[in-house]
Amino acid sequence: MAAVETRHLSKSFGAFKAVDDLTIAVEEGEVFGLLGSNGAGKSTVIRMICGLLAPSGGTALVEGVDVARDPEEVKRRIGYMTQRFSLYEDLTVRQNLRFFGGVYGLRGVILDQRQAWAVSQAGLEGKEDLMTRSLPGGWKQRLALACAVLHRPKVLFLDEPTGGVDPISRRSFWNLIDKMAEEGVTIIVTTHYLDEAEHCRRIALMHAGRLISMGTVSQLKQVFAGRAVIEVSCPRLFEALDLFERHEDVLEASLFGSRLHLVVPDAGTGQRRALELLQRSGNVPARVEPIVPSLEDVFIHTIETEEASRTRGEQKPTEKAGSRVQRGVP
Amino acid sequence: MRKVLAVALKEMRQASRDPLTLALLLGIPAAMLLLYGYALNFDVRHVALAVQDRDGSAGSRELIASFTNSTYFDRAADLPAGSNLDGVLERRLARAVLVIPENYARDLDEGRRARVQLLLDGADANTATTVLGTSSAVVADANTAILRKALPDQQLRTSRVIDYEPRAWYNPELKSTQFLVPGLIGFILMLTSVLSTALSVVREKERGTMEQLRVTSLRPAELILGKTLPYLGIALVAMGIILLVARALFAVQVRGPLLDLFATTLLYLFGALGFGLLISSFADSQAIAFQVGSVFATLPAIFLSGFIFPIRSMPRLLQWLTYAFPTRYFLVILRGIILKGASLAPYRRDLLFLTIYAGVIFGLAWFRLTRKAD
Ligand SMILES: Nc1ncnc2c1ncn2[C@@H]1O[C@H](COP(=O)(O)OP(=O)(O)O)[C@@H](O)[C@H]1O
Ligand SMILES: [Mg+2]
Repeated sequence: MAAVETRHLSKSFGAFKAVDDLTIAVEEGEVFGLLGSNGAGKSTVIRMICGLLAPSGGTALVEGVDVARDPEEVKRRIGYMTQRFSLYEDLTVRQNLRFFGGVYGLRGVILDQRQAWAVSQAGLEGKEDLMTRSLPGGWKQRLALACAVLHRPKVLFLDEPTGGVDPISRRSFWNLIDKMAEEGVTIIVTTHYLDEAEHCRRIALMHAGRLISMGTVSQLKQVFAGRAVIEVSCPRLFEALDLFERHEDVLEASLFGSRLHLVVPDAGTGQRRALELLQRSGNVPARVEPIVPSLEDVFIHTIETEEASRTRGEQKPTEKAGSRVQRGVP
Repeated sequence: MRKVLAVALKEMRQASRDPLTLALLLGIPAAMLLLYGYALNFDVRHVALAVQDRDGSAGSRELIASFTNSTYFDRAADLPAGSNLDGVLERRLARAVLVIPENYARDLDEGRRARVQLLLDGADANTATTVLGTSSAVVADANTAILRKALPDQQLRTSRVIDYEPRAWYNPELKSTQFLVPGLIGFILMLTSVLSTALSVVREKERGTMEQLRVTSLRPAELILGKTLPYLGIALVAMGIILLVARALFAVQVRGPLLDLFATTLLYLFGALGFGLLISSFADSQAIAFQVGSVFATLPAIFLSGFIFPIRSMPRLLQWLTYAFPTRYFLVILRGIILKGASLAPYRRDLLFLTIYAGVIFGLAWFRLTRKAD
């Protein structure tokens, strides 16, 4: 049995489909990443699984329990850390912990034990009497996590847990997550930091409410099998982008910060041809190098492929429309 | 119940952490009582009186004395005979001018009717009416005194003088503060209870902690109770403070049974706290909750309750409207208990309405706050 499962889960706000036919299964003890840009529908998915939002269609199950049927039973099994660390800023660390312990129904010795455990896990020893408001972002984040796991949930949802937190705190936070996963807690985490996906055993890519790809990081990178990605830097970036978009040997060209990434059938040939093209148009000094595709390359490639196939499905196919999106489809 | 206590404890901690809130909840009611108690005092005393005594006789001085010896008038200025009276009221040197003509004493001595003039600043009609009333009373007293002196004892004894001694019950000195204190209590309790609950729930929505609470096993009912009980307690303490202040400053004593008073207040507070919860189920920001709360809770408590404007003198439509708000019933009972020393027994009907109101409003709020996720 999957720890968390959704079947054709959908949510519409009026005519707008925030989540569209999402089917995923998360195994027990897995760290599962839900990736997507802002507005992709990640939070909406989590809120439906937690029973905070009724789906427009489909079902969500936590350890086999249907959220629509028995939301209370689901709540007993899950912990949820909301997108903004929702703590009481005007209470101390201890008071926050005791309050959340109290509303989870913990008391007496058990509450004391869980509180001590949470404090040590989160590295907040000696800070119990500090006002939450005065804590640095990374500490607040760990306190929020501690509050969310006081009742030992089997499944933990973390909605953008590392937003606005410094890199060092982010790393120690992920260590904490890894440790909990080792103890058998199933963790579903949303993020738009693609580098964090490396901590996830599997990830699901969401775009505009739809699941566009799912698997381990190396599985996802398979989309480039038989092709190569090269990175281009040159003085006139947009001119070069235009040039490569129209060139038939380039399958896909996209802007990556101050560089271009090109998807080409073969690394060696691609590199040579690209350099030639740039030199011929005087766009120098130029550098062209083959690279190992990152998750971001995968992400952009997959989204463009997805959008292209949807556009084609909805519109009359145009002949070579010159759009790099369409060219992205092999 | 344990979870209710956890929430209540948290609310109390947050309130006490924020001295401003606590001061607002406990201190403002007393401060308002002070402010309104003095500002809304409708009694008119110590009116500045200018005097133009053209007669300058013992008789005229006697009349002036009967004005100034009453505490209603203070002698503010003496105007020489023949001076122009026009500017006196206009320049606010006095609120009233007493003019005693030449030959005032002689006319009286010779059994003729003497004429005395009182000029009033009518710009503030309410005050003017009251001053007019008190001046008539002063003159009537003076008249009697003069008659007594002039008429032989025999005749006075046989003449049938009506011994008219009006007496206002329950508030013998017709002090308006006595009447205002219950109204103030109704208004203040409404304001603080509605705002405190509404803001405390909406704050959780705004800061996202509500979302966090909703995934815990805390039931909405437990949340509602945990949020209501502390503010109920605070409001009762505030009520106690108001009564103490009213007693110390305005000599308002609770004549009726205290238990009945607190039972009624409890009922009224449930309706008010329920209204605050109801607002919180619609409002998404504290600013909106504050505005809606102050308008819909306090305006009816001031204008549609009989607090300042007697319900009987309102337009018919507004009179009907007053039945829809609880303060009307609360004030009737409160005045009965505080001023008349009554118990709850004669007020079954008002009590019933208060109960219905509390039930309906709290029920609505409960329904809206406990309904399923949408
Ligand atoms: N309660 C709501 N009413 C209307 N639209 C909403 C609501 N909640 C979310 N949305 C919309 O649904 C989309 C997905 O939102 P969300 O799930 O928060 O995205 P993400 O978490 O991936 O950034 C967004 O376009 C957002 O504006
Ligand atoms: Mg989100």
